[in-house]
Amino acid sequence: MSKSYESIMQRQVEIIKKSVGVDYNQYEIEGIAFDYERMMQDAGYSIEEIQKIQQETGVGQTPLIELKNINKLVKKLSEKGKGARIFIKDEQTNPSGSFKDRRASISVYKAKEMGYKGVIAATSGNYGAAVASQAAKRGLKSIIVQECFDSKGIGQPEILEKERACAAYGSEVVQVSVGPELFYYTLLLLDETGFFNASLYSPFGIAGIETLGWEIASQTKKMIGKFPEVVVSTHAGGGLTTGTARGLRKAGATNTKIIGASVDLRGLHMASDRDFNRKSFTTGHTGFGIPFAVFPDRSDVPRNAARVLRYMDRYVLVTQGEVFYITELLAKLEGIQRGPAGNTSLAAAFAIAKEMNEDEVIVVNETEYTGAGKLPSAQLTFAKQNGIEIKIGDPIKEDKPGKRIVIPKHPSQIGYIEIPMFQLKESYVKEIVKRWNKNTFTQKEIDFIAEDIRENKKIVKDLIDKVLLD
Amino acid sequence: MQAKKGDWVQIHFIALNPEERSEHLPDDTKKLPLEIRIKGFLEDKEAELNEIVTIKTPIGRLIKGRLEKINPRYEHNFGEPIPELLHINSDILKIGDVDE
Repeated sequence: MSKSYESIMQRQVEIIKKSVGVDYNQYEIEGIAFDYERMMQDAGYSIEEIQKIQQETGVGQTPLIELKNINKLVKKLSEKGKGARIFIKDEQTNPSGSFKDRRASISVYKAKEMGYKGVIAATSGNYGAAVASQAAKRGLKSIIVQECFDSKGIGQPEILEKERACAAYGSEVVQVSVGPELFYYTLLLLDETGFFNASLYSPFGIAGIETLGWEIASQTKKMIGKFPEVVVSTHAGGGLTTGTARGLRKAGATNTKIIGASVDLRGLHMASDRDFNRKSFTTGHTGFGIPFAVFPDRSDVPRNAARVLRYMDRYVLVTQGEVFYITELLAKLEGIQRGPAGNTSLAAAFAIAKEMNEDEVIVVNETEYTGAGKLPSAQLTFAKQNGIEIKIGDPIKEDKPGKRIVIPKHPSQIGYIEIPMFQLKESYVKEIVKRWNKNTFTQKEIDFIAEDIRENKKIVKDLIDKVLLD
Repeated sequence: MQAKKGDWVQIHFIALNPEERSEHLPDDTKKLPLEIRIKGFLEDKEAELNEIVTIKTPIGRLIKGRLEKINPRYEHNFGEPIPELLHINSDILKIGDVDE
């Protein structure tokens, strides 16, 4: 069988079908429309079952911690009566050090149950370590494919740390140079090995996160007697936000606002060999956050189970410098040292809390482990080596992704950039028109879009008319 | 440098030449090959750097490539102290004791 790019990509549907254990065809309705809820239901596990599967490998039941000193600082920087209490969901206590264990746990369990000998995941980040760790626990082999280095063979310290972690758990790590063909090579490996595709975007990958939302709801209820007003999660491919929101709803926390936060890397091309090492954040940034929000089905499965426009109420961006600052603040004020990428949502929460009332509660969705390669010092040393200017100043005004990282002079400068949700919804319609080459839509398709972007049908029709006119 | 059978090594190979790559790539990436590096145990009896060898990966797959490193070390580290971050401690002190 040919291994050429074209021939492997042509066999994508067949390879995926064999490797992911879901027949996506059965959920197709018409054109762009498919039955999302039925697909999620068929993943086949209730919250209780997921909890049981996760407990078997020590996943979940992570602490919820009030950041008391940071909260005093927030109040000091807020107007009278303002300054919400921030709690952090400390996901680094999961076996491989991040919430990604929740996601990996269900996929790997499913793979084992279905009789696969091994699992494959394409990821340069925490998910690789999580899959490798869960596979070790369940006695399966694992291959982690990571986009790792540029054409000079130089890799981000954070990604290199992940390679070390995956190797420690016994994985074969395939390190690929810059480019979207990471997915081509993953397909090739799936085809060759017959392993399970532990996709981040399968229903199993998302179902595993629902316990995170569930735990946030039950822990806040127990600790403060109510559900949180706001949950902020770091938004990349959309799985964390989607799964958490679904779990919160299942626990009855239907009024909790879901805010997604990403690091602003707008202007850097994610497939550019030159830009690759000019970013300090390898996940949780706009390079994933925006494209996956507006066209979720770009993933390695035919229908992506992570669909944030169904759940996200607001989307905000923070700068790299602000995240590094808040990482320092978390360590210095709370005695909690965590990886910068996971603190993206904390930086956003810090700014948002100042605008909320003092009796309100905001939960920061996750933390991740840190260490060599993942610390601000490692990341900023690497940035300097790659010609990035590091300076102290006003982060939002002076930040230039790929050129300059600005560390705030004062914590009052930690703010956010609001991306209007409606702008994302319009981009969603644009992407559908472009990728599906559409100029007419059936009623079922309009119904689907309305569900997928959480708008009424009249607004969807108006949006379609507007996009088609442009 | 010479590696012996069973040594932990890193190989390198080209998965796609520039003309075989995806059409949708930025110009700087388009002119480069898609490269791959994998680590595993050397299968050949003996090999010099840059020779084409076979390795057995930790999960038992056999893969061919150019011998690039013998006992490859982890090179990532904690980085250097960053002056721009070091001021944060004194900032917090200036804001005042958060317990006041």
